[in-house]
Amino acid sequence: MDIPLTIAGRVFNSRLLVGTGKYRSNDEMLRAIEASGAEVVTVAVRRVDLDRSKDESILHHIDPKRWFLLANTAGCYTAEDAVRYARLAREAGFNDFVKLEVIGDQETLLPDVAGTLEATRILVKEGFKVLAYTNEDLITALRLEDAGAAAVMPLASPIGSGLGLLNPFHVRIIKRRLHVPVIVDAGVGTASDACVTMEQGVDGILMNTALAAARDPVAMAHAMRLAVEAGRTAFLAGRMPKREVAVPSSPVAGMLD
Amino acid sequence: MNETIQIVVNGEPRAIADGASLLELLAALELDPRAVVVEHNRHIVRRPALGDVRVAPGDAVELVHFVGGG
Repeated sequence: MDIPLTIAGRVFNSRLLVGTGKYRSNDEMLRAIEASGAEVVTVAVRRVDLDRSKDESILHHIDPKRWFLLANTAGCYTAEDAVRYARLAREAGFNDFVKLEVIGDQETLLPDVAGTLEATRILVKEGFKVLAYTNEDLITALRLEDAGAAAVMPLASPIGSGLGLLNPFHVRIIKRRLHVPVIVDAGVGTASDACVTMEQGVDGILMNTALAAARDPVAMAHAMRLAVEAGRTAFLAGRMPKREVAVPSSPVAGMLD
Repeated sequence: MNETIQIVVNGEPRAIADGASLLELLAALELDPRAVVVEHNRHIVRRPALGDVRVAPGDAVELVHFVGGG
């Protein structure tokens, strides 16, 4: 028994959100997204290639009637840029949700939390539903919620690193203290990472590279679907307490002389 | 007749007929106006207005769409 993931009043049928970047082919991407069971797929805003040498719009492959398109502001290093990209994304006419990223550093792609907060305030005022990518810092998460973020998205580890959930303690605290959904974004590498992440009680996970860079993205997408479901179910089931001494599972009484 | 002016489209210089509208620019580039979002000198121009906005020499136009991303 679980309630569905709900962000800004919109109900989603999967707690797994997936990206559309870095796949070896569009066909493989589509099959992986289908296997993941995700309803939300992220997309990026970029210039149209005017000489048509490269592949065209993602909308030639992703049906916006079937999937919920969540535009990101990936690649933006200032609040001003992120706001610009968000406005362009909304103008595409699908929804007013945005996955806000304001990146602070090229090597780690860690978020610029001051810029993220600033952009959140601006975009919320303009009616956007802001899903804010941030680090696993409670105070920033609280500030983003105060600023009107529709969801807060702490990272598991740096974008594309596949290092898994580095700070379960802080992610758990964030989840415990926030009222808006907490969706872990970035860093998950394999199914166990997704499972452990969901076991912290968070509302969902967004991943891209873990699928796109797997040897078999479609099979990994299936594994992630199961892992997210397993982790969520285990969280709801409530794990046994940890003990540092053994406790026998079989009766102590009735042993032979 | 058919004087051309220089504008910048997606960061590249481009010649276009003097007095052309953004809609005509898209047509010249063989782009479907429903498939792109147009920014003209940093201001978003909504689709219904594309035919009304004319470009002037040196204008910066950005044409964007959705691509794969995480």
